[in-house]
Amino acid sequence: MAKYLLLKHYRGAPAPVNDVPMEKWTPEEISAHMKYMSDFAARLEQTGEFVDAQALAAEGSWVRFDGEGRPPVTDGPFAETKDLIAGWMVIDVDSHERAIELAGELSAAPGAGGKPIHEWLEVRPFYTASPTVTE
Amino acid sequence: MNQALLRSLIPGVLGILVRRGADFAAAEDAVQDALVEAIRVWPDDPPRDPRGWLVTVSWRKFLDTTRADTARRRREELLDREPPPGPAPTADDTLELYFRCAHPSLTPSSAVALTLRAVGGLTTRQIAEAYLVPEATMAQRISRAKRTVSSVRFDRPGDVGTVLRVLYLVFNEGYSGDVDLAAEAIRLTRRLAAAIDHPEVSGLLALMLLHHARRASRTAPDGGLVPLAEQDRGRWDTGLIAEGVEILQAALARDRLGEFQAQAAIAALHADAPTAGETDWVQIVEWYDELLRLTDSPVVRLNRAVAVGAADGPRAGLAALAELDDSLPRYTAVAAYLHERDGDPATAARLYAEAARKATNLAERDHLTRQAARLNVRER
Repeated sequence: MAKYLLLKHYRGAPAPVNDVPMEKWTPEEISAHMKYMSDFAARLEQTGEFVDAQALAAEGSWVRFDGEGRPPVTDGPFAETKDLIAGWMVIDVDSHERAIELAGELSAAPGAGGKPIHEWLEVRPFYTASPTVTE
Repeated sequence: MNQALLRSLIPGVLGILVRRGADFAAAEDAVQDALVEAIRVWPDDPPRDPRGWLVTVSWRKFLDTTRADTARRRREELLDREPPPGPAPTADDTLELYFRCAHPSLTPSSAVALTLRAVGGLTTRQIAEAYLVPEATMAQRISRAKRTVSSVRFDRPGDVGTVLRVLYLVFNEGYSGDVDLAAEAIRLTRRLAAAIDHPEVSGLLALMLLHHARRASRTAPDGGLVPLAEQDRGRWDTGLIAEGVEILQAALARDRLGEFQAQAAIAALHADAPTAGETDWVQIVEWYDELLRLTDSPVVRLNRAVAVGAADGPRAGLAALAELDDSLPRYTAVAAYLHERDGDPATAARLYAEAARKATNLAERDHLTRQAARLNVRER
């Protein structure tokens, strides 16, 4: 029983095998891709392993504290930022192997030509609760 | 309304429905529906006979579903078979329920969820909140688990070890939500101990009680982890310790040692020491040797190295550690601790920082980071 984050990147991940930007796919290929993603999430709900899935807009700002009584400073977006998160899925599974298996399946979502994208996904374990018995 | 009382009735009611001919999955759904209704209705209108109420309402819910699902003939057969209400649930019913919910065909997380619901009488929402997953996900996990074990027949006794492992998981890896999972695990293990006479059930119960006794002292006011040696022993629950020790001694006297009894014996030796300095580490090492004969687990070897370090000095501990695989969880943390005791704070600080990066939970990460920081401040 452990939670994992499957992270999808706009930028920053190694290039996928089927590396064609989405705007160059056919509309049907885009629909097939979306359907694969939502079917995948629905299937994980059925297996009792789904926790959350969200997509992020590519645009964002950087914000920081600028001292007492002053409004926060905002900056960006920075086009040169190397790493850009596109979205995530959170799963709750029995083993690390299962998390890897599911990430592999998610990466097989179809892209251009209806072929799997082979997109690189980042798999990150959540911190767990601390166990009671440690000695 | 007394939730604990309500929940304690659930397995018995489920047993009665199954004996009346309802299949396990449908009966479990019906009892859960009745439970949810009880939580809604009882506060304003408490029943005189809570168990009778639950049996009647569950059976009605089951029939409603059956009526909707299957032919009339099947329902009439069931009505004909309905025995007079009243017979108390038997210990065998309870046991069979534990075995079913921990069946080896289930994954650990499914077995845990099903046990908490069918045996523990928690609602799906409570279990989902406890394990931080959406209610719909938990509902599916439970429903798949029920389908998996619904057709299992119990013509011979199951392996009590499978049940104990599930209860241990609830106790040890419980998240802290609205439901106190450690207390729940103890309650379920107590009930199992009442239904079956087995030294390992007693061993697990003793282990849980002895660790639960230290709960208040395990966390600092700021939420940080307090290691055993630094805990305020005045805050340990002496009542729980006495009970745990008594249960353990009775189990050990039967001379059928198992891993939970051995683990409980180690916990009892810690509980017995008035101060950390008075801990009987030599005996603890002997118990780890017993435990190794029983399980030969790398985690036990790692904990044994800590005990050896305390009994025979840090050099001996480091020698024991050197025989182990350094990719083991907590290996680096143990190495850091032993190097510090060996008078090498620079190495210890470096290893504590490395251990913090490898920690799998936040409390441990923060604790290890503080250890590294403490040594680095001293070095400056």
